[in-house]
Amino acid sequence: MGFELTQEYILGHLNYWLFSVLMMTGLYIVVAKGNLVKKIVGLNIFQTSVFMLYISMGKVTDGTAPIFPLDMDVDPDVIYSNPLPHVLILTAIVVGVATTALGLALIVRIQEEFNTIEEDDILKIERAIVQTENAIHGDAMGGRA
Amino acid sequence: MLVLTAIAVVRMRSLFAIAMLSGVFSLLSALLFVTLDAVDVAFTEAAVGAGISTVLVLGTLALTSRFEKPTKRSPVLPLFVVFVTGAALIYGTLDMPNFGSPEAPAQMHVGPDYLEDSVHEINIPNVVTSILASYRGYDTLGETAVVFTAGIGVLLLLSGLRRRRRDDEEDESEEV
Repeated sequence: MGFELTQEYILGHLNYWLFSVLMMTGLYIVVAKGNLVKKIVGLNIFQTSVFMLYISMGKVTDGTAPIFPLDMDVDPDVIYSNPLPHVLILTAIVVGVATTALGLALIVRIQEEFNTIEEDDILKIERAIVQTENAIHGDAMGGRA
Repeated sequence: MLVLTAIAVVRMRSLFAIAMLSGVFSLLSALLFVTLDAVDVAFTEAAVGAGISTVLVLGTLALTSRFEKPTKRSPVLPLFVVFVTGAALIYGTLDMPNFGSPEAPAQMHVGPDYLEDSVHEINIPNVVTSILASYRGYDTLGETAVVFTAGIGVLLLLSGLRRRRRDDEEDESEEV
């Protein structure tokens, strides 16, 4: 691929690798843990690390926050970081909270219906429902519900 | 610090502690955003991520259970998936420009245009605000649509809660 593992290269990419590790921690919680609330928290961790990845791309060395002086007298020598990723991530944070709220509302509804928020228990209950339905309607539907 | 908090979330069983740790995680990431020059994002993350999200999770815990049951599933397959995905992601970053490089592709196109033009086109000191509300106003309109839809969804899912509970109690008292 034509790159050298110099110290500059490693330091310049460490941020991406760190955020990848955080992302994977979030993904692991979502995939491996059975509790639905914990899954949502894992999803949030994943989300936040994606935000950090984007924001770190907009950073310019020696740059400052993209806010001009109040009198709008802009000094051309001042370096500003890229404001575009900030805008995109602002939108993404708010949308992320909206989806979190929706997910948590779904969890409350699941708790009401199944009386548990553990994925394993929910699967067990659903299998039991399918079996009883098979026992009742099985013959009429050719042995399969 | 962020990695430690995330790993603590993996290990913890008490959901209450997990809710608090996710708040800590959001606050730490807000600090990181400040050092990366994204002050607006840091405000939002601190208010929304550490504030509203934590309150929402705590509200859910009040309506459901407070502890996680230990799962019997083996962690081997998830670990495998996670490592393969992580390796693919890190392989993808190998071509990326160095951190903070002013020659990065992200710094080459519309970003500098916004910085130069918004001085005389919008005349607001905060460039993030002028992009959010003016240049990319339609994005923000779409965002409000998403939030509105999510709000309706939450209301629909939860509105029946109290009514159904009352019906159940009435049924029981009639049977007695």
